[in-house]
Amino acid sequence: MKANNKSENNTNINSPSGVRGSESIDRSKRRSQAIAFTIFKLMSYSVVAILFVILGFIIIRGIGVISWDFLTKAPEEGMTKGGIFPAIVGTLCLVAGSSIFSFPIGIMSGIYMNEYAGGSKLATFIRIMTNNLSGVPSVVFGLFGMALFVNTMKFGDSILAGSLTLGLLSLPLVIRTTEESLKAIENSYREGSLALGATKLQTIRKVVLPMAFPNIITGLILSIGRVSGETAPILFTVAAYFLPKLPTSIFNQVMALPYHLYVISTSGTNVETSRGIAYGTALVLIVIVLMVNLLANGLRNYFSKKVKTN
Amino acid sequence: MKRFFEKFVESALLISGSITSITILLIIIFLFKEASGLFTTPVIEEGYELALNKTNPVKHLTSYEIKEIFDGKISNWNEVGGKNEAIELVRLSDLTKYYTEAELGSNFENIPAKSSELTSKHPGIILFLPTSYIKKDFNGTLLKHETLHPGDFFGGKEWYPTASPSPQYGLLPLLLGTLWVSLGAILLSLPFGISVAVYLAEIASMRVRNILKPVIELLAGIPSVVYGFFGLVVIVPFLQKLFQLPVGETALAGSVVLGIMALPTIITVAEDAMRTVPRAMKEASLALGATHWQTIYKVIIPYSKSGITSAAVLGIGRAIGETMAVLMVTGNAAVIPHTLLEPVRTIPATIAAELGETAAGGGHYQALFMLGVILFVITMIISISIEFIGKKKYSN
Repeated sequence: MKANNKSENNTNINSPSGVRGSESIDRSKRRSQAIAFTIFKLMSYSVVAILFVILGFIIIRGIGVISWDFLTKAPEEGMTKGGIFPAIVGTLCLVAGSSIFSFPIGIMSGIYMNEYAGGSKLATFIRIMTNNLSGVPSVVFGLFGMALFVNTMKFGDSILAGSLTLGLLSLPLVIRTTEESLKAIENSYREGSLALGATKLQTIRKVVLPMAFPNIITGLILSIGRVSGETAPILFTVAAYFLPKLPTSIFNQVMALPYHLYVISTSGTNVETSRGIAYGTALVLIVIVLMVNLLANGLRNYFSKKVKTN
Repeated sequence: MKRFFEKFVESALLISGSITSITILLIIIFLFKEASGLFTTPVIEEGYELALNKTNPVKHLTSYEIKEIFDGKISNWNEVGGKNEAIELVRLSDLTKYYTEAELGSNFENIPAKSSELTSKHPGIILFLPTSYIKKDFNGTLLKHETLHPGDFFGGKEWYPTASPSPQYGLLPLLLGTLWVSLGAILLSLPFGISVAVYLAEIASMRVRNILKPVIELLAGIPSVVYGFFGLVVIVPFLQKLFQLPVGETALAGSVVLGIMALPTIITVAEDAMRTVPRAMKEASLALGATHWQTIYKVIIPYSKSGITSAAVLGIGRAIGETMAVLMVTGNAAVIPHTLLEPVRTIPATIAAELGETAAGGGHYQALFMLGVILFVITMIISISIEFIGKKKYSN
């Protein structure tokens, strides 16, 4: 941190003023530093600019489309009019379905990795596999979900198949955040509990998990954000092109927000007239992501303050 | 009892822990299972035959040659190792040019006899007709039903899975398209990403960090389909105007969008690497009279080289596997690209665009799963090489 603060008023501090004849070298050194730092600064600010351009563009174009009807009505007239209600419901179903699957398994897996396996060979192997899984492209998850859940297990194109596929996709994220939250807890707490005669399981349940809880929740929320925006895994496992009816069972197909955006912006019956709806859909997706991130950050700050005051 | 319960919970946790490994295993099994049939699918469409005149010395045509013949690009038999004889292309529907409807019979019952006759009379003929019209006494040679050669897939220059009579499953245009777009993306985003990482790790004040960090998190959180949409309505028209192109959907548009999408990964990984530089090294450099900037490029960047490499490799991995955004902005023309300003089609985009239209178990379906296998293998290599890069740094 010290180095960071120093650099705020950079140049002079590091120059060896006592060395003879180094005036001009010193100056050119300082100049090159100033140029380099300015470039870095500009680059960083342009990243902020990129985000604001993307968000601003979609918000400005999309805000006029959003209305109560838009959010609560089904698409009409070849998806050039009406709302996106079925897609919102579909995405909620998929988020819920995948969470039911991935949260318990992911958290349990994270607990095993950090509390039981530690640095063993098995843990290293599982960790490598988890990393590999997180690197698998989402479209490959789609293929896999189609081959396993839709065709082999005969779920058909259904919420169940889509949720399982999305659940597997978000599993590495859940595992990693759980593991990291647990790792952040000092060993002295565990030792204290064990010294008092608690078993390992009791220690995890009563001491470790409650302390790690806020960070775990933050990770779960972020994984929800990820799942709600994924398109490729649901293309062949659940997503319906146009289906105004709401799902009644987990074996139904549903529309989903990201797929809907893809469809109406590229292959809808009339791409130009449904542009407005596309902007609206994109905005809804962006708002979900913003809310998820705000919530996660808010929780993180809230709990970290709470820990400090304790 | 208590001990038993503890053991029980531990094994339940172990089972959950092994899910990711099992999933990887299942992905491998299922992708290979579905793709395995590709090299046993016949080159000629199922249920059809290609017949030649008996005197024609050609006994073997590759899938690509068949396609070129039916496209009219090959018009003489000497181009495929035969005599100097013009190729006469006859499809079932063309029979009416040679025979009247009366001759063919009111229920087309004479087609077998007539097609046999036609084949024997015309030395340069290649006749394409359903197997059911081939009778035992057919006077001509039928091309053997060969299976797709792996070389035709891995070295094939055309991807045209709906071509009739011989679908083309050539990997090259898709693979090259993917590599072009990904390399373009990484060239754009790497300088950017590393600069931002340096700024975040070394220069920025706490206040600026607190702004930049959430911005990067948000960039990582925006769904790929939204990036694709933004690319489609903003970047594509912009590039079209800038370079005066007939279409704006090009490899470059894909690279720009992917470049933005790869930024968060690159920044986060590179910044983490720079933060692991021991403080003593930094301070030693400063104490020797080096400026902060000299310390950065002489000490910090060389020290975190492996981390920066991981960042680049991970960024490429993300770019290669990205589907929706690329599908929406690259124009999806399955041709081998020569410049970044042409439409291309990447492997993931091909899978996403075409799998919906294929019949399960058919050649096209299997070819798409084979693409999935290739994508999976590429990302596996990337994951493992990152593991290796990380290890190397550790042992040093």
